[in-house]
Amino acid sequence: MDELTNVYIQESREQLAEMEAGLLRLEQNPDDGDNIDAIFRAAHTIKGGSGVIECAFIEQFTHRVENLLDALRNGEASVSGALATLLLECCDHMGRLIDVLAAQQPEPDAQLVEHGNALTGRLQAFLDQTAGTGAGSANLTVQEDEGTVESSGGGVVDTDAWHISIRFGPNVLRGGTDPLSFIRFLGSLGEIIGIETIADAIPSAEEMDPESCYLGFEIRLQTKSSKSDIERIFDFVREDCDLRILSPQSKVSDYVRLIQELPEDTLRLGEMLVRCGALTQAEIDQGLRDQKQTTEVTGEETPPPLGEILVGNKVVHPEIVEAAVTRQTQVVEKKAREAQLVRVHADKLDQLIDLIGELVIAGASANLLALKSRNGELVEATSVLSRLVESIRDSALQLRMVQIGDTFTRFNRVVRDVSKDLGKEIELSISGAETELDKSVVEKIGDPLMHLVRNSLDHGIEPVEQRLARGKPACGRVLLNAFHDSGSIVIQVSDDGGGLNREKIRAKAIERELIQPTDSLSDAEIINLIFEPGFSTVDQVSKLSGRGVGMDVVRRNIQALRGTVEVTSAEGQGTTFTIRLPLTLAIIDGFLVGVGKASYVIPLDAVVECIEHKNLAGDRNFLNLRGEALPFIRLRKLFEVEGSPPARESIVVVQFGGQRAGIVVDQLMGEFQTVIKPLGRLFSNLRGISGSTILGSGEVALILDVAALVNIVTRSEEERLLTNRNSASPQLAYTGSSTFVSSGR
Amino acid sequence: MGQLVQARTGTGEPPPKGTMVVMAGESPAQYLTFQLGGEMFAVGILNVKEIIEYGHLTEIPMMPPFIRGVINLRGAVVPVIDLAARFGGKTTQVARRTCIVILEVADQDLRSDIGIMVDAVSEVLEIPSSEIEPPPSFGARIRADFISGMGKIAGRFVIILNINNVLSVEEINMLTGVTDYRPDQLVPG
Repeated sequence: MDELTNVYIQESREQLAEMEAGLLRLEQNPDDGDNIDAIFRAAHTIKGGSGVIECAFIEQFTHRVENLLDALRNGEASVSGALATLLLECCDHMGRLIDVLAAQQPEPDAQLVEHGNALTGRLQAFLDQTAGTGAGSANLTVQEDEGTVESSGGGVVDTDAWHISIRFGPNVLRGGTDPLSFIRFLGSLGEIIGIETIADAIPSAEEMDPESCYLGFEIRLQTKSSKSDIERIFDFVREDCDLRILSPQSKVSDYVRLIQELPEDTLRLGEMLVRCGALTQAEIDQGLRDQKQTTEVTGEETPPPLGEILVGNKVVHPEIVEAAVTRQTQVVEKKAREAQLVRVHADKLDQLIDLIGELVIAGASANLLALKSRNGELVEATSVLSRLVESIRDSALQLRMVQIGDTFTRFNRVVRDVSKDLGKEIELSISGAETELDKSVVEKIGDPLMHLVRNSLDHGIEPVEQRLARGKPACGRVLLNAFHDSGSIVIQVSDDGGGLNREKIRAKAIERELIQPTDSLSDAEIINLIFEPGFSTVDQVSKLSGRGVGMDVVRRNIQALRGTVEVTSAEGQGTTFTIRLPLTLAIIDGFLVGVGKASYVIPLDAVVECIEHKNLAGDRNFLNLRGEALPFIRLRKLFEVEGSPPARESIVVVQFGGQRAGIVVDQLMGEFQTVIKPLGRLFSNLRGISGSTILGSGEVALILDVAALVNIVTRSEEERLLTNRNSASPQLAYTGSSTFVSSGR
Repeated sequence: MGQLVQARTGTGEPPPKGTMVVMAGESPAQYLTFQLGGEMFAVGILNVKEIIEYGHLTEIPMMPPFIRGVINLRGAVVPVIDLAARFGGKTTQVARRTCIVILEVADQDLRSDIGIMVDAVSEVLEIPSSEIEPPPSFGARIRADFISGMGKIAGRFVIILNINNVLSVEEINMLTGVTDYRPDQLVPG
C-alpha cells in the first residue's frame, strides 16, 4: 500500500472518531452550529481525501452523507433521534469501507454494497423530507455575504479575482501529498489568472531536506464558487498548511492583514507588497532606486528601511508598511507556535526509552563508583547528573503516556446503542478521564473494558419497570472511573443495577462442576466464580453477551497485562468491577532491599515506612504497629533462602489497595531508579515477581509484586489451615517454623 | 545493488563450499560439542550466540530447580537453564570450567535467548549428515524428543540435542505452572 493511502486511512479513522463524537453530542445539543460544522468538516475531509487517493466507493458514499449533513447545516433538516441513528450507522459504514481499503481489496463485497445502498436510500428519504427549499439537492450552498464595504480602512483594491495565499507545511510531501494536485483541483473551480511560487523558504543547499516542502503559492483565481468551496479543496492538508483567502474587491485592510500573516521572514517588503496586489512593479522599482541613492550619498551602513522610502514617496499607505514591519518582528514567535504536534513512530519512542533505560543503569553505576571513591566533587557531579537523567526519564516516559479519556469516551456510543437495543435507559458517567497510563496498556485494555461495560448494560442494569418497582430512578447509571493507587492504575466499571445473585452463581457453579455442593465459600469467592471459563448465568443467550466467553477472557487479558480483576457486588444495589494494572512502565522508582546474597526491589510507591524487626516470636506473623495488627511476610522463608538471618532485620511496611503488610528483609539499601526488564515468557507463571532490573554493579535484582506476594501467602495459609483440618499432608509451603528464631534484640 | 551482486554470484560459478548457501535447507553441518555429567552433547552451531563464563547469576525464587536463574547479558536479562536437571538428573555443580552457552531458540513467532549451563565446552566439529544416526527409541537416559540425532565422532556417539524441544518455552511454562501456589492457575495457551 502506498504511503498516501496509509496516511489517508489513518487520518480518516481519526476524522470518523471525531464525527462520531460530534454526532453523539448532536443528540444532546441539536442547535449547536459549531458542532454540526465540525461533523460536516470531518465528513468532508474524508471525502476530499478519498478523491485524492482515487477511492471511488468511499467518495460516493461519503458524498451522500455529506449532502444530508449540508442540509442539516443550512437548517433545512432538523435533528432527530432517527437522523442521528442513521448518521451513526453511516459512520460505521464508512469505517467498514475504510477497512476494505486498508485490506487492499479493490471493491467492498456484495453485502457491504447492499448495506451501503440501503443506507443511501434512507439518506435520500431524509433529504426528500427536507425538500421544501431546494428540491432535495443539497449542493446549493448559500453564498456568504462578504462584499460589504466599510467606511474605514481605505479604498478597495482594484482586482476582481480571489486572492489565495498558501504556504505548505514541511511535512506535506512526507505525508504523501503533492501540492500541485491541489492547484490542479483549484483549476477545476474556475480560471487561475495568475500564480506565483514562493520559494523563499528554501534554505541553502546543505541544510535543505529534499523530503521537506518549502513551497508556497500566491494564486489569483477567478471563480463563482464561494470561499468555503475554495477552502474545502485544501481540507486534506489543512492541518499542514497556512491558507489565506481574500475575496474579490477586498479592502486594503484585508491585504494589510494578509501581510501580517504571511510566513516569509526573508521576503523583502517590496516584493511582499507587489504580491499582495497593493503595489505595481513600477512603484517598487522606484522605491528601490531611492533606497540605493540614499545609501550612496550618506555612506551609512544601514540604509533607511524600504518601507520608509515607499511611504515618503507616497507610494503605499503608511498603515500597510507598519503592518509589514510589525509582521517581520513577529515572525520568530510565530514559528514557535506553528510546531504544535509532531507525529512520531512508536518504534522511535521505544528506542528512546530503551536508551534512557541504559542511561539510568549507567548513571547508577557511575554513582556507585563515585560514592566508593569518596571524592566529594565527583559525588556532587554525579548527583547533578543523575538528577538530570531523572528529569529526562520523566519527560521521556511522559511521551508514551496518554489519557484514558479517549478510551472511555468510546463507550458513550456503546452505551447509547446498546441501551436503545435493549430498551433500557442508561446513562454513562466518566470520571478520572485525565488519568494517564502507558499507551501500550491503553491499547490492550479496550477489549476487556468493552466486555465489562456490555456486561453491565445487559446483565447489570434491570429493565425500567423492575427499576421503578425497586424504587430506583428509571435511568440506569454506568460509571467508568480511573485513578492511580500505589503505583498501579485502577479502572472501575460500576453499575447501579441488580447486582450479582450469589445463590444463582453458586447453583450454576455446582451445575458446571466448578465447585462441590459441600464446599463452603465466602461471598467474595462465590461472586468471583463468574471469571471461571464457560460461566454464564443468563439462561438466554442474547446478542450482546451471555455466551459465557466474556468473563474468563476478560480475566485472561488482564492477567496478560499482569493485572488483576475483582468484582464486588451488593444485591439489588449494583456491581463494581475493579481492574488493577501493575506498573508496566519501563522505569520506576524502587526501594532496594537485601535478603541473603540477593537484592530485591520494592516499588517505592508501595512503601509506607521501614521499621526495625525485633523481639518477634518465631511463629507469629503479625506485629503491633501503633495499635494496628500488621501481618508480615518473611521473605527469607518464602523464597527459601539458605543460611540464618542477620542479627538485625528490618520490616518494610507496604500498602496496596487499602491493605497494609510488612515484608521482613535482612537489609535496607535505599532508593534506586529501576529500569524494568521483563523476565520473558519463560517466567510468565511466576507470581510475586513482576520483573527484574539491573543494578549498578551489573547484577540482576528482582522486582517484587507486593500484592501478589501477599496473595500467595494468604492462600498458602488458608490451605494450611484447611489441610490441618482434614489432617492431610503437612508439607505445604508456609508453615510456621521452629527452626526460624529471630535473634533480633 | 547488493541483491544484484548476490544474484550474479548465484547464477555464475557454484559458491565456495562452507558458505550459508550450502547449509541452507539441510541440517547444519557444524556443531558445538560440550561435556555434561561426563557425557558429550552437541548443538547446532547456528543456535549458539555466545559462550560466557559462569557467574553473577541471580536466582529466581519459587521456580523448579532446573531454572538456575537469570544473568545480565549486556543489558538484557537472560534465563539460565540447568540442562542436567532438565534431563531429570541432579543439579550441576559449579566448577572451574563451568560455562553458560547462550542459545537462540524459537518461541512462537519470536526468537528468544536462553542460556544453558554446561560442565565444559569442547570444540566445534563438522559432522556430515551421513554420520548422523536416528536417535534410539530408549536407552539414552534422556527423552527421545530431546535428541535430534546421534553423531558419530571417532567411533563415539555424541547426542545432538533438539534444542527447540529441550528449551521449549511452552513446556517449561507448563512445568513452572505446576509449582505455582495459586490453585486457579490457567495454563497459558
